[in-house]
Amino acid sequence: AADAKRIGLGREALPEEIAAWDVDVRPDGSGLPEGSGSVMDGEELFVDYCAVCHGDFAEGVDNWPSLAGGDDTLADEDPVKTVGSYWPYLSTAWDYVHRSMPFGAAQTLSADETYAIVAYILYSNYLVDDDFVLTKDNFLEVEMPNADGFIVDDRPETEYGRFSEEPCMENCKDSVEITMHATILDVTPDEQAEAD
Amino acid sequence: MTADNEKKGASRRAFLKGAVAAGGAVAGAGMARAAEPDPLITEVQEWASGLGEGVDATPYGMPIQYESDVIRRNVEWLTADTISSINFTPIHALDGTITPQGCAFERHHSGAIELKKEDYRLMINGLVDKPMIFTYADLERFPRENHVYFCECAANTGMEWAGAQLNGAQFTHGMIHNMEYSGVSLRTLLTEAGMETTGDLSDKWVYVEGADASSNGRSIPMDKALDDVLVAFKANGEALRKEHGYPVRLVVPGWEGNMWVKWLRRIEVMDGPVESREETSKYTDTLEDGTSRKWTWVMDAKSVVTSPSPQSPITHGPGPLVITGLAWSGQGKITRVDVSTDGGMNWQQARLAMEGQTKALTRFYLEIDWDGSEMLLQSRAHDETGYVQPTKDALREVRGENSIYHNNCIQTWWVKENGEAENVEVS
Repeated sequence: AADAKRIGLGREALPEEIAAWDVDVRPDGSGLPEGSGSVMDGEELFVDYCAVCHGDFAEGVDNWPSLAGGDDTLADEDPVKTVGSYWPYLSTAWDYVHRSMPFGAAQTLSADETYAIVAYILYSNYLVDDDFVLTKDNFLEVEMPNADGFIVDDRPETEYGRFSEEPCMENCKDSVEITMHATILDVTPDEQAEAD
Repeated sequence: MTADNEKKGASRRAFLKGAVAAGGAVAGAGMARAAEPDPLITEVQEWASGLGEGVDATPYGMPIQYESDVIRRNVEWLTADTISSINFTPIHALDGTITPQGCAFERHHSGAIELKKEDYRLMINGLVDKPMIFTYADLERFPRENHVYFCECAANTGMEWAGAQLNGAQFTHGMIHNMEYSGVSLRTLLTEAGMETTGDLSDKWVYVEGADASSNGRSIPMDKALDDVLVAFKANGEALRKEHGYPVRLVVPGWEGNMWVKWLRRIEVMDGPVESREETSKYTDTLEDGTSRKWTWVMDAKSVVTSPSPQSPITHGPGPLVITGLAWSGQGKITRVDVSTDGGMNWQQARLAMEGQTKALTRFYLEIDWDGSEMLLQSRAHDETGYVQPTKDALREVRGENSIYHNNCIQTWWVKENGEAENVEVS
């Protein structure tokens, strides 16, 4: 705002400082550094750094996230949401792997290593061939299957009207039956055992 | 799901414990008359004769040992590990609206990090006149504001979409806390970096990220950033707890907890959203047809009866009973809460302990004379926009069962004749 006054605190950020912390990558590819990586290199890196949790084929181990599979399951009773089946932008995969993975040793991957691992994740999702090399220049050519799968929050149109009617206060229904019990599942932690 | 079959429900244990504490002397309605004089009165007790602790015994105190069950709890099977995980506020045992920081829930994606004030740096960069670095000491020199707001995880009640699952308000509704924050408005800090050259603000965004390994980066539209977002360093009067973002976190009133970035280290002004992992893979809500909503930022009006509830059974028998709970809305103030004891057939208006505060927890009470018969307890929040908290069926009709986040449905507790309560769904 034009009328706002500066107080005069802080100092100007240096270019080296901004470069160190501002590493986000956006859907249009802005923020991507120079570099490249192949599926073949990615497979080796993935086995070394990622497969212990995510599996050799990015299919996930135990409760750890699956990064591949789940095609066409989003409308199923139990959707399987992976990079291939769900993620709309490849930029997110690059950005997140580069910044926050491997879990417990984040920010240890070089740009080329990140390109290679992302290429391998694409390959695991059958989105590229095994001789594919991902680069800054061909990054936007990769088609993400669920790119069009998202809509902006539409609650104002689909919900707020129907949930803003004056509600019933008396004799709202003839009878009430219990249809589901939490104690049948019995998955709640035993708080007494914890406190003891 | 790897539930331990040997685990007994929390309800039964809590019930038995409560019954013992009450001395088993449940005499029914009406004024009880003692048969014998009470030795706690007729005999001089140790605490009325000897000495208590000196003022030097406890420089910073913890709750008394008899409150040791008022603690955060986690649910092991919910997540792959305890580092990127969640725990739950014991809302069933609290009253009023302010959450004690020591038992206020935690949600981390790469653990609770330790970041000293001396090591803290906040960067503002991107489409500003001058990219800036602030130290913690700098932040304390800006004009300050104080506000009370709720922070509710987008996934609160998320395990309940497909049915009644976890047996206790702590587990079904405890991914929430409510604190009084002191800090600097984000508007003030953006002004310091200068927005003369930023251009039209209406299509601009800020991207905010934390200092931890997960970074938790999220995109926030500029009109929200300039409205009521706070860069906070105190909560409930003292420094933020480590697990809540010490020394500095973002406070995003009314919006899903994921956006309340902890250990805040960078704010970038941009001409579009980053579409980071936490706003594409996560915190997007899949509908029945397989499409997903994104940018579902606001937490809608919601309430829950905290007592009686599965972890807070009735142990005193029939007669006067206080039904109490919490209501809140990300759209503004709570204006009214209705309570039903018969599963939604009939409703009566509860009493708000204080007038609803914007985007903050509101405490409600309904005092009844319980005749000892079964109840199906529900509460229904109204906010100042006219929105009325929906049933789970009404939400499922719009969304299906797979949206994971933003479950603000009406909760039902089945209170049995013996005072135990259970999480149920009703027709």
